[in-house]
Amino acid sequence: MATLNINGRDVTVDVPADMPILWVLRDVVGLTGTKFGCGMALCGACTVHLDGQPTRSCVTPVAAAAGKKITTIEAIGETPAGKKVQQAWLDLEVVQCGYCQSGQIMTASALIAKNAHPSDADIDGAMSGNICRCGTYPRIRAAIKHAAKGA
Amino acid sequence: MTTHAVSRRDFVTVLATAGGGLMLGWRAGEPSRAATAAAAAPPAFVPNAFIRIGSDGRVTLIMNQVEMGQGTYTSMPMLLAEELEVGLDQVQLEHAPPDDKLYANPFFGDQETGGSSSVRAFYEPLRRAGATARTMLVAAAAQTWDVDPASCRAKRGVVTHTPTGRTLTYGAMADKAATLPVPDKVPLKDPKDFTLIGTPAKRLDTPDKVNGKAQYGIDVRLPGLKIATVAASPVLGGKVAGLDEPKALAIPGVRQIVNLGDVVAVVADHMWAAKQGLAALAIRWDDGPNGGVSTADVVQGLDTASQQPGAVARTQGNAAAALAGAAKKIDAVYQVPFLAHAPLEPMNCTVHVEKDRCEVWTGSQTLTRAQGTAVRVTGLPLEQVVVHNHLLGGGFGRRLEYDYVTQAVRIGQQVEGPVKVVWTREEDMQHGFYRPYYYDRMAAGLDAGGTPVAWTHRIVGPAIVARYLPPGFRNGIDPDGVGAAVELLYDIPAIQVEFVRHEEPVLNTTFWRGVGPTHNVFVIESFMDELAAAAKADPVEYRRTLLSKAPRARAVLDLAAKAARWGQPLPAGRGRGVALLFSGWGSYLAEVAEVEVSKAGELRVHRIVCAVDCGTVINPDTVKAQIEGGVNFGVSAALWGEVTLKNGRVEQSNFHNYRVLRMNEAPTIEVHLVRNLEAPGGLGEPGTSVTAPALANAVFAATGKRIRKLPLQAQLRSG
Repeated sequence: MATLNINGRDVTVDVPADMPILWVLRDVVGLTGTKFGCGMALCGACTVHLDGQPTRSCVTPVAAAAGKKITTIEAIGETPAGKKVQQAWLDLEVVQCGYCQSGQIMTASALIAKNAHPSDADIDGAMSGNICRCGTYPRIRAAIKHAAKGA
Repeated sequence: MTTHAVSRRDFVTVLATAGGGLMLGWRAGEPSRAATAAAAAPPAFVPNAFIRIGSDGRVTLIMNQVEMGQGTYTSMPMLLAEELEVGLDQVQLEHAPPDDKLYANPFFGDQETGGSSSVRAFYEPLRRAGATARTMLVAAAAQTWDVDPASCRAKRGVVTHTPTGRTLTYGAMADKAATLPVPDKVPLKDPKDFTLIGTPAKRLDTPDKVNGKAQYGIDVRLPGLKIATVAASPVLGGKVAGLDEPKALAIPGVRQIVNLGDVVAVVADHMWAAKQGLAALAIRWDDGPNGGVSTADVVQGLDTASQQPGAVARTQGNAAAALAGAAKKIDAVYQVPFLAHAPLEPMNCTVHVEKDRCEVWTGSQTLTRAQGTAVRVTGLPLEQVVVHNHLLGGGFGRRLEYDYVTQAVRIGQQVEGPVKVVWTREEDMQHGFYRPYYYDRMAAGLDAGGTPVAWTHRIVGPAIVARYLPPGFRNGIDPDGVGAAVELLYDIPAIQVEFVRHEEPVLNTTFWRGVGPTHNVFVIESFMDELAAAAKADPVEYRRTLLSKAPRARAVLDLAAKAARWGQPLPAGRGRGVALLFSGWGSYLAEVAEVEVSKAGELRVHRIVCAVDCGTVINPDTVKAQIEGGVNFGVSAALWGEVTLKNGRVEQSNFHNYRVLRMNEAPTIEVHLVRNLEAPGGLGEPGTSVTAPALANAVFAATGKRIRKLPLQAQLRSG
């Protein structure tokens, strides 16, 4: 048994301690906004926040989340940075297939939260772990800057 | 192109087939709630298979083409809404059920989303569907008021009697309109009167894709759902030789092992247990006849096949004689590798197989084929097999295949209750249907002034169409395999294009974003660059002089060259390359790429300028997005994309060794649109197809090295 704080609520789950948070969220808790892409922390689709830090949930075991707050795409809009990023994504029509965008938004929200005015190099540094096969990178970059302007 | 003749009875059949409320209203987020709402919806006006208007005023548009990022869930509603006279903010969308009678794509004859065809195929039928419904709603209002329908106007779902200002809503008119005969032929708007088509509309699928609510196939949740993951034979045609079942079953959460001989599934409470169970099985494989095959064997087979003439796909003049008499002759062999689609959502399919019923939940580009395979596997009648489509986390052609549906149904037959089969990334990468390896022989003859007088192009590869759409394979020619090669626009007096069918059944192959043109445009435009170099001519100017009969092509070439500052000096190590695209998609593209090659041979793409004339534009913002995305998809493939075989196995397994473009590597992309009212052209793929040659030509400009074999980066490093 493990108790996780997910989006502000304590949830008790009966899972092995080495089970990655990704599968707890998706298959046990039923929060499917966090996506499975690679299983090796190579693509970023599974990004959640652990105490505000962007974290690849596909390789992060439940045990590592003990005592920490997990935030997922379903609740990121309740944070000031997340709200701005989501709005920027809408304003600039970033999304295509959308499958990677939960992870992109989670990573971008963490960036904006700690860096109100990221440079291109900051954006490269923060976002290069998130793959978008539809190739929405130009719009992701523009939307992060757009969100920062609203900061 | 004709409108689908759809009777009300046909539509009732569809509803019955789909079990009424089982048509998921994805926009509502919660499938179960949406299904309940649909089942309880008030009596509806259903003039055709695409539109349902409830007496509560709710307008539902049924989406026959599937959304995989290309924006079809906005462009299709725009076509309907323009003529129906409703705002996009007033509509709800539903995925259509599989039904070729109602929803077949006229280009393919079944319900398919691919080949950059949605707008081209449905530009007229969907406008007609909207106009028919609006005509009936206006007629109902006119009857209510006892006035001439010509004195009424419709806008935003309200009919107004212009002389008196009286109004009636579509909802109020729905029941009455439903009693009126469906008119055979209704006039369509003059394109100059469009108020929605051609404007940058907000995508209807975006809101749920930024808050985690969007439902992809992999997100299906059902009561009692088990999760399975699979291992199919790593070699095509191989079989299971042994496995450690007790060890897998000992893992907490693992419920069942399904061994089907060619594939093994571990069924569990969650994916983590399933993955661990699969590892614990330590499956041993009997590789079968393909166990020793490597990429070099495939290339050797293609090379041998390329020595013989192929079926002639296009001929004009006497190419052989013109070549023989040319002042200068140039030959080249081009090769493009196997490619994986690698959509970010791995293959997955959820099934619930019962004695008298089979339900399938997935994301598919080819719904009726998905249903058909479930029918064949289960032996159930068609009406007892229900397929629920979802948003696709990328398609790129991979989800035109239905192998993952077939496999899931076979597994589901062995499992009590519903089971979601999810492939790992490794399984997805190594058990794809790949873009074929193509091998092309080119020859051209130039006159003394360097002008081409002969052009021959021999394409060697498998005939995907012969397998996928057999009637399309005629006279030994795969119409996809020769795409863009037969439409060559350059004014050359003698042209011969041949297709040599050569199958290498060691990997499954299929359509990949950009299909035939993605390979052919690389070959054609690289070779054209070679001719320009041989003639010591500027690559843009050389092409221009050969395009006097193709003014739209010349216009995009001029536009791209100007916007890219073609001819302006660049720092050492940088170069610009140009490529032109025209094919059966009907769109004209010209692209200028600016690249840098470091002393160590590292290739970096700085800037892409793309000029596009795709005729009538539905949603200009989507056009730009598709070019941006298509270009980046093309950059990934051109720089690094390569699937290789060793001992019959695909060597790549995940994104660490199947490299794709990332944010820090992505070029700036400028898209310049030529606007006109020509017939709409396809747009989902051309941006990909035009990119590799622009990059290869830019590498040549930067380094003097001509690369005739993709991917580019491997060739630069190899010397």
